[in-house]
Amino acid sequence: MNEIEKLDSEIDASCRVSLLALFVGAAFWLVVASVLGLIASLNFHMPEAFANCPWLTYGRVQPAADDALLYGFCIPAGLGVALWLLARSGRTPVRGALVPFVAAHLWHLGVLVGLIGILAGYSTGFRWLEFPRGASSPLFYAYLLLALWAMMTFGARRERATSPPQWFLVAALFWFPWIYSTANLLLVAWPVRGVTQAVVAWWFGDNLLFVWLALVGVGAAFYFLPKFCERPPQTFYLALFAFWTLVLFGSLCGIPQGAPVPAWLPVASSVAAALLLVPLLAVVIVAWRAVRGSVLSKWDHGPFCFVGAGVVCFFLSGLMWMALACPEICRVTEFTWFVPAQAQLQLYGFFALTMFGAIYHILPRSAGFELPFPKLARAQFWISLSGVALLVAPLAIGGVAQGRQLQNPGISFAVISNSTLPFLRVSTTGQLLLLLGNLIFVLNVFGLASAWKRSVLKKALALVKAPLETAEVQA
Amino acid sequence: MKNGFRIFLAALVALGFSWCAFVLAPVLQLGAEKQTTVLNSSDLYPVQRGDFAAQGLQVYRANGCAACHTAQVQQDGVGCDVVLTGMGTNQPADFKAFMKSLCELPDLQNCSDSLSKNLAAWNGALPKILLHGAREADAGKLADKLSAAGLKSEVRIVATGPDIARDWGLRHSVAEDFLWDDPVQLGSVRIGPDLANVGARFPDARWQLLHLYAPQVVVKGSTMPPFRYLFKMEKTRGEPAPDALKLPRELAPPSGYEVVPTDQARELAAYLLSLRAEVPLHDAPFTPPAPAPARPNKP
Repeated sequence: MNEIEKLDSEIDASCRVSLLALFVGAAFWLVVASVLGLIASLNFHMPEAFANCPWLTYGRVQPAADDALLYGFCIPAGLGVALWLLARSGRTPVRGALVPFVAAHLWHLGVLVGLIGILAGYSTGFRWLEFPRGASSPLFYAYLLLALWAMMTFGARRERATSPPQWFLVAALFWFPWIYSTANLLLVAWPVRGVTQAVVAWWFGDNLLFVWLALVGVGAAFYFLPKFCERPPQTFYLALFAFWTLVLFGSLCGIPQGAPVPAWLPVASSVAAALLLVPLLAVVIVAWRAVRGSVLSKWDHGPFCFVGAGVVCFFLSGLMWMALACPEICRVTEFTWFVPAQAQLQLYGFFALTMFGAIYHILPRSAGFELPFPKLARAQFWISLSGVALLVAPLAIGGVAQGRQLQNPGISFAVISNSTLPFLRVSTTGQLLLLLGNLIFVLNVFGLASAWKRSVLKKALALVKAPLETAEVQA
Repeated sequence: MKNGFRIFLAALVALGFSWCAFVLAPVLQLGAEKQTTVLNSSDLYPVQRGDFAAQGLQVYRANGCAACHTAQVQQDGVGCDVVLTGMGTNQPADFKAFMKSLCELPDLQNCSDSLSKNLAAWNGALPKILLHGAREADAGKLADKLSAAGLKSEVRIVATGPDIARDWGLRHSVAEDFLWDDPVQLGSVRIGPDLANVGARFPDARWQLLHLYAPQVVVKGSTMPPFRYLFKMEKTRGEPAPDALKLPRELAPPSGYEVVPTDQARELAAYLLSLRAEVPLHDAPFTPPAPAPARPNKP
């Protein structure tokens, strides 16, 4: 083992407990999100199913499913990847691993409180910010601790020159506390007046769902793609350009066209969304240059497929996000199933796939064990990818069909809502496939975690036994 | 970008700019918003909801009604309707000939097509909309010609667009409509119809309650899940309770029992009835319709 490998494994070991805490909880919430999403979509097969059950009514289960995916899986998985990646690329181990370990548990506790809150009817009523106050403060402080530790690791880096993935991740660490505190203070603690609430909620949703996820996911992709293909990243200035344009234009999207707000707000948003094509193309070009014509080792093939598919989905969901802000197109797509289709593509297609790849790469190294079911992990790629396609495509196509019918006042609303049902029922099969894929992911992550726990127990036992024996000998 | 401070600065600039634009500026512009006056009147709008209806907004929030329903109407633009209200001394045959001659006038070129289309299938009932959503100048010209011939007509300002044509509202929603709402529940998907004016469309509380209990009974083909947990079954004591639901036989409770709304259901119904943005404002003008006799429920 040479010096570099020795340092690498020292770094991997230093984030072991934090990563296990973050990823095991994330995997659990991922399955919870799938199950809640399935319960929600049952409403379109049998609307009477939960007539007597307030906890499972569509208006509560649907936001709970979305938040379980976003807050339960996406954010902790992203934070874990960011922590490991900043440690690895800065060539410095994480110090005081107990703090991120505790913070990870605090985060997952916050998600638990939030989900129960939504299902019990304590939602705040704002899209992507439904968690009640009792959940948002633990989430906020847990994030602060985790971000602080990641930043300290970054600050202590031995390699002083920074690389593109680090910019994306550091910006993301800083992004969330600002938007989350603003949204919670102005919407929940001291609510602003009237329709300003909606503007703040849209701003928050765009900055979390589009910008934060893009920063972490694209940052991870920029790190892993060249690494899997075993070539040095050569597109420094293009990546810098992608970073700047993404944070500048991405953060100004999100106000829907035709909203009942002063007209300059949606106009500004649609201009920013049109310019979004620039960072989208830049990201795709950087990724393409990293992978073009490379031959992959068998070991990295699985994670590579996940991250590559994630970048493609990022581009597609970015295009859909642009379409929703384009006045001509959104006349048809606004208020239709096209809106949730974009969100699901962003969450599952782009972010979750990228994180699967990253975690399948990181966790075995960090925990020091092989994946328990590597073949299943390879199958999961195709299962999850077809799940995303079957979830998003029917919703998007159904959304366009629904929008075209809504434009024609001669078609009654009941006819329109019934004609979207077949699309929704097809998308349920997509959710079933995603649940299957997520179960495989959980199996692998939990298997790794328990293998590590068993080995720790064994070592502890050995330690307990060893001194006893020597003591006996001395006596 | 050799050091971390510059990354921090880049994020600070980008997010700070977006924060100033989409948080600070709207708060400054709209944060101190007050009631406005109704167009051509001194009435203030919007009127604050009563406690009961305001509590209903919390039921609406808690049950995530906004996951399926928007509460914002949109419009394409504003146009003018020319409405024929009286024939004066003209005979129907003369009127038709006169209208035919009007359609050939170069002055009315822009609207002759829609004019002849609107008259083709007319059975003679008044008031009759001769022109819908026309430009102000065209509407004015037509009205002048009509009054010169001794016909009585009105020019009305109307909003146009698919939402308006669906009878979801008389004008688009504007910021003022949501002044007293907390939380503001605009919604983003129309899995169900828009609710911005549901109180005007279905002004009967009993209808609202029955719809919450069994949507398919009152709206044929509705895909809405029933909200039976907002109701309770009680033993009938003597006379049936005044707000007991009148259910069809297949849903009716066993004899001796009745289904009555809980407080939550009553509050929610009161909130839904309070959703009616029916007055013209400076930002959203239209000519209010003449007060009609009590409107029946329209789907």
